[in-house]
Amino acid sequence: MANIISDETIEYVGILAKLELTDEEKERAKKDMGSMLDYIDKLGELDTRGVEPMSHVFPVNNVFREDVVTNGDEREAILKNAPEEKNGMFAVPRTFE
Amino acid sequence: MEKQYETVIGLEVHVELATKTKIFCGCSTAFGGEPNTHTCPVCTGMPGSLPVLNKRVLEYAVAVGLATNCEITKYCKFDRKNYFYPDNPQNYQISQLYLPICRNGNVEIETENGKKLVGIHEIHMEEDAGKLIHDEWDDCSLVDYNRSGVPLIEIVSEPDMRSAQEVIAYLEKLRMTIQYLGASDCKLQEGSMRADVNLSVREAGAEAFGTRTEMKNLNSFKAIARAIEGERERQIDLLESGHKVIQETRRWDDAKGESYAMRSKEDAQDYRYFPDPDLVPVVLDNAFLDEIRRKQPEFREDKMARYKREFDLPDYDIDIITAAKRMADLFEATVALGAQPKKVSNWLMVETLRLLKEKEMDPEDIRFSPEHLAKLISLADSKAVNSTVAKEVFEEMFENDIDPEKYVEEKGLKTVNDESALRRAVEKVIADNPQSVTDYRGGKEKAIGFLVGQTMKAMKGKADPGMVNQLLKELL
Repeated sequence: MANIISDETIEYVGILAKLELTDEEKERAKKDMGSMLDYIDKLGELDTRGVEPMSHVFPVNNVFREDVVTNGDEREAILKNAPEEKNGMFAVPRTFE
Repeated sequence: MEKQYETVIGLEVHVELATKTKIFCGCSTAFGGEPNTHTCPVCTGMPGSLPVLNKRVLEYAVAVGLATNCEITKYCKFDRKNYFYPDNPQNYQISQLYLPICRNGNVEIETENGKKLVGIHEIHMEEDAGKLIHDEWDDCSLVDYNRSGVPLIEIVSEPDMRSAQEVIAYLEKLRMTIQYLGASDCKLQEGSMRADVNLSVREAGAEAFGTRTEMKNLNSFKAIARAIEGERERQIDLLESGHKVIQETRRWDDAKGESYAMRSKEDAQDYRYFPDPDLVPVVLDNAFLDEIRRKQPEFREDKMARYKREFDLPDYDIDIITAAKRMADLFEATVALGAQPKKVSNWLMVETLRLLKEKEMDPEDIRFSPEHLAKLISLADSKAVNSTVAKEVFEEMFENDIDPEKYVEEKGLKTVNDESALRRAVEKVIADNPQSVTDYRGGKEKAIGFLVGQTMKAMKGKADPGMVNQLLKELL
């Protein structure tokens, strides 16, 4: 495996993803991530000079909507997606900045 | 000798656009709805939902860019800014990093030190987040996603400002320009315009910038000015005592007049931006830009020159009326109905401003129509009502947009022009007040004032004081 993921990197990625990993899981994740990066490195074998980075597969531009209200009050349906509901709002673990 | 420091300030200004619907879905942006009643799968980040750009958002963003001398990016895209926070249901905010809609602009500001250009680094389109409320009882946070997906533009200036005064001038210029475009009402208190201040200090004459901090939670021009003074002092004190300024985000507490470092979200700066695959690129051609250019309104400078030319108003009047788009629109519409410009200007500058101030309202909140103002002016002109009554009617109009003609009719406020009725009232006042009559006849000119007052009272205010005066003199 050409890409070696350090302990610091896996720790950092864990923080960004809000994941707490056990030591065992960290080892496994390091191995998985290393092999993913090895796979991606295959792209480096191609000469991509002068090729625009692609962000979309289809050659479609300018898809717009008019500024017209089309949605009504769907609160009840939307709140069914909430982990918990209180006073018409999504209740989540206490969070502050 | 004491060291001299220069303050270097750049601004990030968020402006909420005046669209009817959100940036990527057909939910209403109306203010004050019950929590989560303006939500759908798109703005609550449900898997499989597909955002589609509101065309109006693009038009407003381009219009603001053109008005601030920006280059418009003809091939522009949206990116995802990744972070975890419950007000952001997708776990990313759709914004623009690589190809923002506008770049390299500037606006001219004027302070007592003269005119100056402030550069605009870029303007990008993005979505607002939901609102978090902390529940003290259940030890949880509650989220209302009505604001989630409300369209914003973020205007990022160059670090070109050097004082609070320049910052305020810059913000006022932006606000006025955007209000003239109708792209937003730009109310700081209500959060439809929000400014974050990036500030650093450096020794006068130094080339390199100092370390900057970012200040958030600034809800008024006064708070911004105080925060700038406070942060400048804080940074200079740090440097003078041999410490370093730490690059961080700080929150201004205007009540205490001090700021504190916001607990940094762990590694929050790593947003891992990447192009949003759900939104296709926006490709603009010259025809689109020309159409927006054609629709740009007459901005303040041009309006001021025209008012001078067309209406011959004093500079003072022009300055006040054109300072708010709503005032200028009212003025023009009322004049178009045939009212005399200076008279319209007087009603706007004196009574309207007085009531706005008294009721702590913005010109945008004015409810009365130009038709009603024109009618009131014509009632006063024809002496159908006297000036005291006109002011009362105006207050009623300001409050409830009543039709002044109908109101005067219904309440019987018309000045009594019937000379015989007035003559009878005057005769009665003369008969009832022999002392004042004697005083007046004895040479006390002032006594007539009392008699005029008594007559006006007897007429319930509905007389022309000039006419009363004349009749009194005649009968005495």
